[in-house]
Amino acid sequence: MATIEDYVSRIEGTCGAEKDVIVIFKYEKKEEAITNILKKATLKNTIAGIIYELKYQDTSFRLYASGKAIFRSVKNKEELNNLLAGLLL
Amino acid sequence: MHRAVHTLSLEATDLYEKSREKIAEFINAKTPSELVFVRGTTEAINLVAYSWGLNNLSNGDEVLVSLMEHHSNIVPWELTAKIKGFTIKYARVNPDGTLDYDDFENKLTPKTKIACLSHVSNVTGVINDVKRIAKIAHDQGSLMLVDGAQSVPHMAVDVQDLDTDFLAFSGHKMLGPTGIGVFYGKKELLEKMPPFQGGGEMIKEVAYSQAKGQCAISWNELPWKFEAGTPNIAGAIGLAEAVKYLESLGMDNVLSHEKALTLYAVGLMKQCNKVAVYGPSDLSKKCGIIPFSVKGLSSHDVALFCDNYGIMMRSGFHCAQPLHQIFKLESSARASFYVYNTEKEVDRFVEVLKEVEQF
Repeated sequence: MATIEDYVSRIEGTCGAEKDVIVIFKYEKKEEAITNILKKATLKNTIAGIIYELKYQDTSFRLYASGKAIFRSVKNKEELNNLLAGLLL
Repeated sequence: MHRAVHTLSLEATDLYEKSREKIAEFINAKTPSELVFVRGTTEAINLVAYSWGLNNLSNGDEVLVSLMEHHSNIVPWELTAKIKGFTIKYARVNPDGTLDYDDFENKLTPKTKIACLSHVSNVTGVINDVKRIAKIAHDQGSLMLVDGAQSVPHMAVDVQDLDTDFLAFSGHKMLGPTGIGVFYGKKELLEKMPPFQGGGEMIKEVAYSQAKGQCAISWNELPWKFEAGTPNIAGAIGLAEAVKYLESLGMDNVLSHEKALTLYAVGLMKQCNKVAVYGPSDLSKKCGIIPFSVKGLSSHDVALFCDNYGIMMRSGFHCAQPLHQIFKLESSARASFYVYNTEKEVDRFVEVLKEVEQF
């Protein structure tokens, strides 16, 4: 059974005052991760298939074709894990 | 290095010391013994704070830094201030990112024991007149430390002309390897300073006295007193090769190339609808660094979008949070240029910026 760890390489806080969280997908799984996320989240905007602005369960986030996602306003690790589980698995 | 007598060891030692000579000549140090190899600018400034600072600063003394400093020229002083109880004064920065010279000079008082200033801001590219500040610092009886991380790679730096007491810079910002950097200090100061780290190489003798049950230790000569353990031999040699290459280009040419690209890029970026460029409008005061933001997007959005086109740039605070507080920015994106960049690449960069503006 797949887990979040199968897709995610690292989760880090972004540099800056925004306190955003950046999720970096494993290189070899990034295409699959992006496909899964785009199937489940609602697309609000995109530009050239490079940045996607998405919404999932009232949480807005951005997904990047290079295999990263930035989440804003995520309260804690548990909330982020729940979102990732819903989006990826 | 300096220990074994076999051929490869002697050859490695010779190459390492010749690298020191080359780099000392590059910054016009009086002697190679004034040049210590370290991991980078951060370690060099920590060396000053811990070796010189802990032994020369106490309650009532002041260290003066500016609010445009990289964290590596703030945090070592904050850490040692907690140990020794001295005060850190912060000189203001003008809204355009230039140094408030009046404030810096007013805060340089007889209480100031060391003034610490970036030669070039890593956020705005603003070039500070460190020679002027060094003169005023010395008139007040203070020492001067110059963070040269963003200047030594981009312009001719002459430590004797600047009359700085200490200078720090890193190899990886000037076409050299990572993990190697340089700490320069005037010989008379280095001779009085105790070692920063202990171990092999930095000692002359570790003589155990059976009667006392102790070791009597004496330090090696300069610069090895500050180079504990096996040094980064390959890094030092690589840095010297980078220096030779930069010298072949000519440092004045390096600077004029970067200034021309900056002028060209800022002109094009101003044509963008949602791009705001920070820093002084007088571009002669800066070199090849352009901090900017795109309305409605975070700096990370911009950096990740550009990354998709192979354009690499930093986003965030750039390890200079106080300066971002002055600019009232949560973060910024930073375009920077070096000897290998071209106008064609700037054109492509601005095309990509215009694309991301549409988001």
